[in-house]
Amino acid sequence: MTTTLSLRVNQEAITRDVEPETLLVTFLRETLRLTGTHVGCDTAQCGACTVHINGRAVKSCNVLAVQVAGAEITTIEGLTQPDGTMHPMQAAFRQCHGLQCGFCTPGMVMSSIDLVQHHPHGSDREIREHLEGNFCRCTGYQNIVKAVAAGAVAMGV
Amino acid sequence: MNARQSFIGQRIERREDARFLTGNGQYTDDITLAHQTYAYFLRSPYAHAKIKSIQIAAAKQAAGVVAVFTGADFREVGGVPCGWLITSVDGTPMKEPKHPVLCDDKVLFVGDAVALVVAETLEQARAAAGLIEVDYEELPAVVDVDRAKGAAAVVHDIAPDNVCYEWALGDKAAVDAVFAQAPHVTTLQFKNNRLIPNAIEPRAANASYNPSDESYTLYVTSQNPHVHRLLMCAFVLGIPEHKLRVVAPDVGGGFGSKIFLYIEETALVWASKRVKRPIKWTCERGESFQTDAHGRDHSTRAELATDLDGKFLAMRVHTEANLGAYLSTFASSVPTILYATLLAGQYTTPKIYCAVTGVFTNTTPVDAYRGAGRPEATYVVERLVETAARELKIDQAEIRRRNFITSFPYATPVALTYDTGNYEAHMAAAIELADVKGFGARKLASEAKGLKRGIGYSAYIEACGLAPSNIAGALGARAGLYEAGEVRVHPTGKVTVFTGSHSHGQGHETTFAQVVAARLGIPLEDVDIQHGDTGKVLFGMGTYGSRSLSVGGTAIIKAVDKVIAKGKKIAAHLMEASDTDIEFDNGVFKVAGTDKSVPFASIALTAYVPHNYPLDKLEPGLNENAFYDPTNFTFPAGTYICEVEVDPQTGATRVDRFTACDDFGNIVNPMIVEGQVHGGIAQGIGQALLEHAVYDSQSGQLLSGSYMDYAMPRADDLPEFRIGTVSGTPCTHNPLGVKGCGEAGAIGSPPAVINAICDAIGVSDLPMPATPHVVWSAIQQAH
Repeated sequence: MTTTLSLRVNQEAITRDVEPETLLVTFLRETLRLTGTHVGCDTAQCGACTVHINGRAVKSCNVLAVQVAGAEITTIEGLTQPDGTMHPMQAAFRQCHGLQCGFCTPGMVMSSIDLVQHHPHGSDREIREHLEGNFCRCTGYQNIVKAVAAGAVAMGV
Repeated sequence: MNARQSFIGQRIERREDARFLTGNGQYTDDITLAHQTYAYFLRSPYAHAKIKSIQIAAAKQAAGVVAVFTGADFREVGGVPCGWLITSVDGTPMKEPKHPVLCDDKVLFVGDAVALVVAETLEQARAAAGLIEVDYEELPAVVDVDRAKGAAAVVHDIAPDNVCYEWALGDKAAVDAVFAQAPHVTTLQFKNNRLIPNAIEPRAANASYNPSDESYTLYVTSQNPHVHRLLMCAFVLGIPEHKLRVVAPDVGGGFGSKIFLYIEETALVWASKRVKRPIKWTCERGESFQTDAHGRDHSTRAELATDLDGKFLAMRVHTEANLGAYLSTFASSVPTILYATLLAGQYTTPKIYCAVTGVFTNTTPVDAYRGAGRPEATYVVERLVETAARELKIDQAEIRRRNFITSFPYATPVALTYDTGNYEAHMAAAIELADVKGFGARKLASEAKGLKRGIGYSAYIEACGLAPSNIAGALGARAGLYEAGEVRVHPTGKVTVFTGSHSHGQGHETTFAQVVAARLGIPLEDVDIQHGDTGKVLFGMGTYGSRSLSVGGTAIIKAVDKVIAKGKKIAAHLMEASDTDIEFDNGVFKVAGTDKSVPFASIALTAYVPHNYPLDKLEPGLNENAFYDPTNFTFPAGTYICEVEVDPQTGATRVDRFTACDDFGNIVNPMIVEGQVHGGIAQGIGQALLEHAVYDSQSGQLLSGSYMDYAMPRADDLPEFRIGTVSGTPCTHNPLGVKGCGEAGAIGSPPAVINAICDAIGVSDLPMPATPHVVWSAIQQAH
């Protein structure tokens, strides 16, 4: 039995019928075809599926779609401006080589934005501690930490 | 140096990042095909059992089910093959049991697949799998590498002692003779812990069959789509090779685990023709833990004979290597050809003998994981060297210095010839960058806090770009080890390059473009790099073993040079000069000694609009292929220095400093190279301190089967690495002078970490991973 879900995704009003057991990540990837949000595990450990729900970073594999009725969701696709200009955090990841295979990257960027917005001026050690919910297997995290710090400066937080 | 050549050595930002950062990457699971169905594999809950019966009738009737397949359906097709034949010391070939696509009569590890359910939705497929009744008769299991040989549990009937091969390299009698007279012998007995690769993108596949031309298309998470195609067609399914297109789109990390042909994609391709619709499968993480080929899992006794001045006289190594339940694609070569050949390290050890017993167990197949044999060899060498230094009371740098190879080329006693290197240079650079001079003061400061500080070295060597094909073939390789490239110049002078290498994080689209743009003297944005599609790329052996730039890049360079050679002939015609008088420099063809010139783009246009063209001597068009088969491996080397702080109250170890100075030869993009080293070190520190694939020794259940049980390195587990730039010794046998950098960090770092902890707490050995419990226990035992 489906239920009707209304919410805003990347500043667009969305209404869809969903099965009540549908995970938010499945709704984003399969229903809305926003495939930038990735699934890397089944235990809410890897963080590849991180999106913003009302401005806070949340692992979308751990939320039912119906739980976010009326919420404002931002995915990695919603960070870039219509003219293609990247969000300062996206640009910082590129400048600092904070990504390699790119699979953890969307979740890592979403977590990083939340991190610097709520914990500005963090030390490298604090950035590392705050990123412990996101796995990266490629970069050894070193350039991600640099990117977060550079992104924070560019965001003016 | 001209303007375009300056692309080489530049920290150019990666072009692929634009799509990865904006959510526009296209990974296999992002691909949705019209009328697609979903696959779910029913897997064995037992490590070893007979399948007495399988009842699928209820599953077939379940809602949404399209088809259900079992092992019986795959009796007529081949098994998944192994690509390297190892011959035992007694001259017999390795035992090569069939690896069926779906199990028919027995299951051999937890996760072995017994049925494939295809349904309209994933939920329906999963639910129907729950309706399949498998009647198992559980059998005793063997999982431990030390207990496999001669165990009561027999994994394969054709190997009643569970031995796949007993292989050896070196002159045993000569080595034994040195040990019998040696003034000093250092002995270590240890395991190289089993690891799970854990690319963050789970394996996935999407297979479809097109009845109009009887062709198949497979999207798959692969590091080498042509190899996938060849193995699947020629050895398993019997599909004509030209009727299967394999596409490996964006791939979210591999680390070796996506080299291999797995049963899942094979089953999907076969089944796609039966159901006449595309079938999609994406591995759940729990399945990844159980079924992605694991790495390492050696048990080794290693001995180093020295004189009292620390001069190495001989090395003797006996290793049992866990191959798992079946032979994965390159499993047999990893603990043999890629392991024993590296035991000389950076040293002049004159005599080396290594014996390896490869054993079957009721565990996930074990195959190449970042480094593949070379981390295991480096661990043997560098743990022995550092332990010998302590036993002989010689400084750890000094003992290495006394044994470094200093003249090249150098033929080791284990079948390799190093072309070039300067080991003293990177050790000196690492000692400087690590501030070894300041270690004593830091140790005192740690002691004042009640902490124990230690320092450990590792001077690794690796062999990249496995080659040449004829030698590898003589050693048992069933594949060539060349690479292919195509340079397609378009009429406007823009260039598309097709490479058989595959990028799954390495940034080839940027570095390869740097190489081509520099060689052709054209803007970087005029060069596009295509990879990962057998429908586009002429052929390819793929990316593993840090081979892409040295082998794949060289194939491209060879094709570029053919383009330039043809361009010179066209230019000679246009400028009415002799071919031999034409020079090509910075994107312009010139007549030597004159001011006559034609730009590259004009030559391209002339080749495609051949109105003024030597049609009697030259074909139109400007499009060249090349294959490159290297004459030797490349030999990157470096020195890593690790400094740890251990809390003796808890055994917790913190890596305080980690310094890496590598010689990768020439470097195209230092930013990307440093990133590769960072990632490799993180995996190496992960092996040393955190990661361990653990099976229950009785039931064979994988106990570390999720991210809640398997300790992946997180950002706060790691320090900021100090990466030194060393003026490298360029490789002597490829035109780029490059060596390979993808695995170095994972190869060099584990012994540096363990050497440092041993130094800190005053013990001679520690098992990996050196968890707080392990370290705390060692401290208690030492007192």
